[in-house]
Amino acid sequence: MANVIKLRKGLDINLRGRADKGTVEPVKSADCALVPESFGGVVPKVVVREGDSVRAGDALFVDKKHPEVKFASPVSGTVEAIVRGDRRKVLCVKVKADEVQQYVAFGPKDVASLDGEAVKQALLEAGLFGYIQQLPYAVATTPDTTPKAIFVSAFRDMPLASDFEVELKGYEKDFQTGLTALSKIQKTYLGVGVRQTASALVDAKDVEINVFDGKCPAGNVGVQVNHVSPVNKGEVVWTVDPAAVIFIGRLFNTGKVDLRRVIAVAGSEVKTPSYVETLVGTSLGAVLEGRLKATEHVRIINGNPLTGRKSTLEDYVGAHTSEVTAIPEGDDNNELLGWILPRVNQYSTSRSYFSWLLRKKEYDLDARVKGGERHMIMSGEYDKVLPMDIYGEYLIKAIIAEDIDKMEQLGIYEVSPEDFAVAEFVDSSKLELQKIVRNGLDMLRKENA
Amino acid sequence: MSLRKYLDNIKPTFEKGGKLHAFRSVFDGLETFLYVPNTTSVSGTNIHDAIDSKRIMSFVVIALLPALLFGMYNIGYQNFAAAGKLAEASFWNMFMFGFLAVLPKLIVSYVVGLGIEFAWAQWKGEEIQEGYLVSGIIIPMIVPVSCPLWMLALACAFSVVFVKEIFGGTGMNIFNVAVAARMFLFFSYSSAMTGDRVWVATNSIFGLGNTLPDTFTAATPLGQLATGSMPDTSLADMIIGFIPGSIGETSVIAIAIGAVILLWTGIASWKTMGSVFAGGIVMAVLFHALGMTPIQWYEHIVLGGFCFGAVFMATDPVTSARTETGKYYYGFFIGALAVIVRVMNPGFPEGMMLAIFFGNMIAPLIDYCVVQCNISRRAKRVTNEK
Repeated sequence: MANVIKLRKGLDINLRGRADKGTVEPVKSADCALVPESFGGVVPKVVVREGDSVRAGDALFVDKKHPEVKFASPVSGTVEAIVRGDRRKVLCVKVKADEVQQYVAFGPKDVASLDGEAVKQALLEAGLFGYIQQLPYAVATTPDTTPKAIFVSAFRDMPLASDFEVELKGYEKDFQTGLTALSKIQKTYLGVGVRQTASALVDAKDVEINVFDGKCPAGNVGVQVNHVSPVNKGEVVWTVDPAAVIFIGRLFNTGKVDLRRVIAVAGSEVKTPSYVETLVGTSLGAVLEGRLKATEHVRIINGNPLTGRKSTLEDYVGAHTSEVTAIPEGDDNNELLGWILPRVNQYSTSRSYFSWLLRKKEYDLDARVKGGERHMIMSGEYDKVLPMDIYGEYLIKAIIAEDIDKMEQLGIYEVSPEDFAVAEFVDSSKLELQKIVRNGLDMLRKENA
Repeated sequence: MSLRKYLDNIKPTFEKGGKLHAFRSVFDGLETFLYVPNTTSVSGTNIHDAIDSKRIMSFVVIALLPALLFGMYNIGYQNFAAAGKLAEASFWNMFMFGFLAVLPKLIVSYVVGLGIEFAWAQWKGEEIQEGYLVSGIIIPMIVPVSCPLWMLALACAFSVVFVKEIFGGTGMNIFNVAVAARMFLFFSYSSAMTGDRVWVATNSIFGLGNTLPDTFTAATPLGQLATGSMPDTSLADMIIGFIPGSIGETSVIAIAIGAVILLWTGIASWKTMGSVFAGGIVMAVLFHALGMTPIQWYEHIVLGGFCFGAVFMATDPVTSARTETGKYYYGFFIGALAVIVRVMNPGFPEGMMLAIFFGNMIAPLIDYCVVQCNISRRAKRVTNEK
């Protein structure tokens, strides 16, 4: 019997427009773009030129500091543009897809016979290594780190998040191969949700399974690491998105870089929320085509409403995008006397509203902040939704004060910005906690480099 | 909506370069008071809880209203009782007298306090913060009815500037603003804040109420206790609140209604509130058993500002301990200290104000210890694993 870990803190936000698990439609777009920023903490060096032809699996860019870490093109085709922003920062590398896809042949390998170093080399060669992330700093990892453990969380519990069991359907074998491959590198832990039943998850081999029973953010891999094997200063833990485990498994089973993944298209502004199968790098315009209820006053989010990025139809499915959501923007909504009226349709964890009476109700929340930013006034708000052995409020204050020693002492190496997403939602002072944590992590990464 | 359109129309005159830019903070305050701001998130979470500090502060004010309304009634009651005309006075007579006695204090407190806040926000280019909505109603409630308006204005100004704004505004202050205002009055003008001449309104207002002779005195029950005599009020009066005292502090029942609102909405911490009572009860039982105080523990709890302080002032989230464990120690310390001051120090018949002040002072220390436990646990983990 697997280890069951019960978490009492957290909050599940019941949003309208959850994706229907019945159907998975394929979606293709003519051009495909790999966005360096979506990998997290990577400074890219582009290795192709406009007009070059590439196959799926050829590198589009590499990590400047670790050129052996390549980032594979999801499609074969012609490099259409290298889009740069301020100070020539690479925003994305666009590839126009061929009619018939050609793949770089890496050759299928029997994972069972490989050792950790061989697995690592195979991932580096195929340009998939960059999908592995790490704690501390919550960024893409580098090959010079030696992880003390590898963590995969197979359950997503953010509001409107995709259900990994849907993503997994049909790819169970690849998932298992991927887990086996990771376990060759270091001991691998798989976190599953208490309501997940797929045998590919609960009976997964070569990994230690921990069952998490709790509310959001119990599905965050950072929370799971904190409860199983917390990161101390100087240690590194690798964390791998379960969809990336499938990519890795496919590489060994088929010898191809095949970045197809199933993502949820959800939210109250989507006509029929459902799942689509698409490539990493597909444009959001193609993913959402004909699916949006309105074109104005809609917030398109690359990701889920809590951790996702505000986005447009010109954006692309990122390296770790498991869902694309659309909610009302709310900028045309003028609510009178909000500080005193009952506001029954508003969701709040505070009992000064009435959502505690209507627990089962699905809410249609918009993107308004609904209040002005203040200093921290209420105490203990973060603690209620942060299921980690961390004093969130004090950590945030230490980061704001840029006190590096205090940040280390309070456990900044154990957290990632997404762990503070629910706290940011409930915060009555409306502080941007994820941004603050990101700044703190970047500061320390620079300091320790 | 026409009001919305009107606001949108006049908005540019308040923005930078506009004619009325000097009143931007006032316009901002009014606009967010009327409408929930519809600014949307740019980075970070795309959705937010509907709670904000305006809503929180409004609910604290609502929770304070029963005590305030009863306080007004009690002022009238005390005046008519002192004149011996209780039988002929109607409820409305007494209430209106009290209302007229308290209203100028409320106005002075809000005008002075909010005036400074608006000006400060304008100067700093910040949004107006809601903290003073609560402090502004608490300050008139914790002074005697005879407190002159100029003193009140001075105290409000002192505490807003020197206790709150110079530390960075709401959320950054170390001491509770209302407690600091009362401390200021108590130590600067003690004759107006304590003794047996200040607790009952002695002049009639617009023909309402009675003018009492100059020689009239009435001590609070705790005041009687401090001079060595036993309080002559019944327990029922102490609980309902028909005793002389600061405006809002006398009625345990009205305060209890406020406590229920604060605890139910989760705005005040039950840990802090509960442990203030626990601390007070333990100390009072102990002192009574040792024969150092003639009154029972429950009389200590219902008399004076104990309940008011425990419910509305010790629970101020900014100045109280912020860690969940720390709240137990913080509350217990305040409750215990309040009774210790009452019993051991003959100069102070009431101890709640000082107790909360000292509680505010040691709250960061309590939190430091609690957080340090977490830090050393984490440090130990490293050495254990090595």
